[in-house]
Amino acid sequence: MATPTLVQDTDVEHAVGTIQRGRVVRKGRVLGVTTALALLAFALFVATMMVGSFPVTPWEVIASTFRLGSDPSVDFVVRDLRLPVATTALAVGLAMGVSGLVFQKLLANPLASPDFVGISSGAGLAAVGSIILLNVSAMFVSVAALGGALVAALLIYLLAWRDGITGYRFILIGIGVSELMVALTGYLIARADIFEAREAMTWLVGSVGNAGPTQLRILLVALAVLLPLTLVLNRHLDVLELGDDAAKALGANVERMRLVLLAVAVVLVALATAAAGPLPFVALIAGPIAVRLIGANGSGLVAAAFVGALIVLVADLVAQHVVPVELPTGVVTGAIGAPYLIWLLATVNREGRGG
Amino acid sequence: MTLAHARSTSPAPGSGVAAPSHRHGGGLAAGLVVLVGVLAVVAFVSVTLGTRDVGLATIWKAFTDFDPDNTSETVIRELRVPRTLVGLVAGMSLGLAGAILQGVTRNPLADPGIMGINTGASAFIVVSIMVLGVQGLGTYIWFGFLGAAVAIFVVYGVASFGREGATPVKLALAGAAVTAGFYSVTTGVVMTNVDALNELRFWQVGSIAGRYWPVFTQTAPFMAVGVAVALFSGRALNGLSLGDDMAVALGQRIRLTRSIMFVSVAVLAGAATAACGPIVFIGLVVPHVARALCGPDYRWVMVYTALLSPIILLSADIIGRVSAGDGELQVGVVLGVLGAPAFIALVRRRDLAEL
Repeated sequence: MATPTLVQDTDVEHAVGTIQRGRVVRKGRVLGVTTALALLAFALFVATMMVGSFPVTPWEVIASTFRLGSDPSVDFVVRDLRLPVATTALAVGLAMGVSGLVFQKLLANPLASPDFVGISSGAGLAAVGSIILLNVSAMFVSVAALGGALVAALLIYLLAWRDGITGYRFILIGIGVSELMVALTGYLIARADIFEAREAMTWLVGSVGNAGPTQLRILLVALAVLLPLTLVLNRHLDVLELGDDAAKALGANVERMRLVLLAVAVVLVALATAAAGPLPFVALIAGPIAVRLIGANGSGLVAAAFVGALIVLVADLVAQHVVPVELPTGVVTGAIGAPYLIWLLATVNREGRGG
Repeated sequence: MTLAHARSTSPAPGSGVAAPSHRHGGGLAAGLVVLVGVLAVVAFVSVTLGTRDVGLATIWKAFTDFDPDNTSETVIRELRVPRTLVGLVAGMSLGLAGAILQGVTRNPLADPGIMGINTGASAFIVVSIMVLGVQGLGTYIWFGFLGAAVAIFVVYGVASFGREGATPVKLALAGAAVTAGFYSVTTGVVMTNVDALNELRFWQVGSIAGRYWPVFTQTAPFMAVGVAVALFSGRALNGLSLGDDMAVALGQRIRLTRSIMFVSVAVLAGAATAACGPIVFIGLVVPHVARALCGPDYRWVMVYTALLSPIILLSADIIGRVSAGDGELQVGVVLGVLGAPAFIALVRRRDLAEL
């Protein structure tokens, strides 16, 4: 006869069964939420191409986008005018969403985002410098922005290095570097003539309409390579999230893994910024929303990508069609930031989660 | 927090405990005399130096026997003197606002610029002028106070979530997020109006150039009140810097004290921003210099900060005037370029402890 302290085989089986059922339910939730987000993003992608001075039905949009039919006027409106902008919004959102969540996990802080730790301001300084000092084409401005973001990230990484990188130092030094870049950008804008200044300030706000076909193509190719790579690296991200000591105990080469993941995240956000300018808050808010939706299980990277795409597509729709004057996309994503911060204030405070 | 830890990070607490300042009171007072002397010299240089070469005799005559038809004398009386005075009170205000924030949040990296308070004031001022049609500094300064207060509330609120409370990283990130949001909204609002955009770009870098008498007379009274409160808050800050528990044990009403401190920061930063535009790093760096000179007793830190801040702001303005060949570097740019390395050095310092 078994004493109560002994565990019986049936108990173990029961427990294992419960855990397995829980896992299946949670996996189901991750899959379900991610699929729903993907469908929603696709619906919005189609919807942004429907509205405008020349309304198009969803079937016409899909037929024209995937070259299933040919109606010259619809094809012109959809393929030549609206598809590039919608694709940019989609691609930029995907890139920023993934990049933001990787940053937040790596730096262990839900407020950490490439927008605010100097990378966007590095892109901004280089772009504004190329607009004002060199007076170059939009394509070159994008190249400069890409270079600026990468140089800024490298600078921050080197300045933050002291027997390794900690999230704390990386973030704060990024903010310091960012202030420096912002001061120099302000100086360039103040000394330029008004037309260049206006162009520079427009770029700094960010708009998905800025991207030319070449920038878009580069961004799409990069996404096709880097998104799967991020998913492969995700395993290491989960290990790093346990903390450096635990990660080392599990046999991870912590510094190298962190460097690789940071590099991927930086390149993603740098390419997105080069295409559309530094759309604020997308990278910041996509990750936490995705994680909130899928719960504590699963990495949330794919979900974050789709949430990012949703945010930018909605912002583009609002900026182009909802408000009385057409606005740059960045103004709308910037305005989304305020309620997000207040939401953070209201919900996370109550839960008492550390940051 | 234990008492032992509190003592180790803050060796000179409130009046009840023996403070080193009592022993060195004579030396510290002598230091103040030296600082007043330096400030007088810097202010004098600020009045004498400029693109128009004005001799000392003319300057003397401008004050003793003013001739309104003499351009040089008018430049001195109507341009350089008010510019210097604005720099003086704004520097004092920003430095003291930083010192208060560092004491209240016990965060060595607090600064009204880094924490987005100046940008908040700036954004509310720009929007009040552009959208609400507010005219005149005397009116829009109130929007500056409001914007500063909103920024403090949001940044401190967002950063305080979680068990660790408002850590330097969270305060800086929340500040950067608020800054980005305000920036894009501000730029979006003025985007359609070229004249406003033109003004915004000079406003946003932070400058004391072209500030005439009305700017001084309309902002100085508010700053004077804020400065007075700040100078008398040394004891309260000594108490708060011990941690909430100790402050309560010492008989402080911490909620009330903290509210008064935040209101005075809003007044100081709001008025300074209304006068000069957003300026970063003065409030961050100067209190640290003050502490290095006079020790951690806030009663002395406040006085030293009040004198050191205008010295640094006016010196940066003078550097900006002489360093650029054509035109000049705005004081906000000079402070951004000089302040960022100081900030990064502070972050990298091994013993960066809580205040």
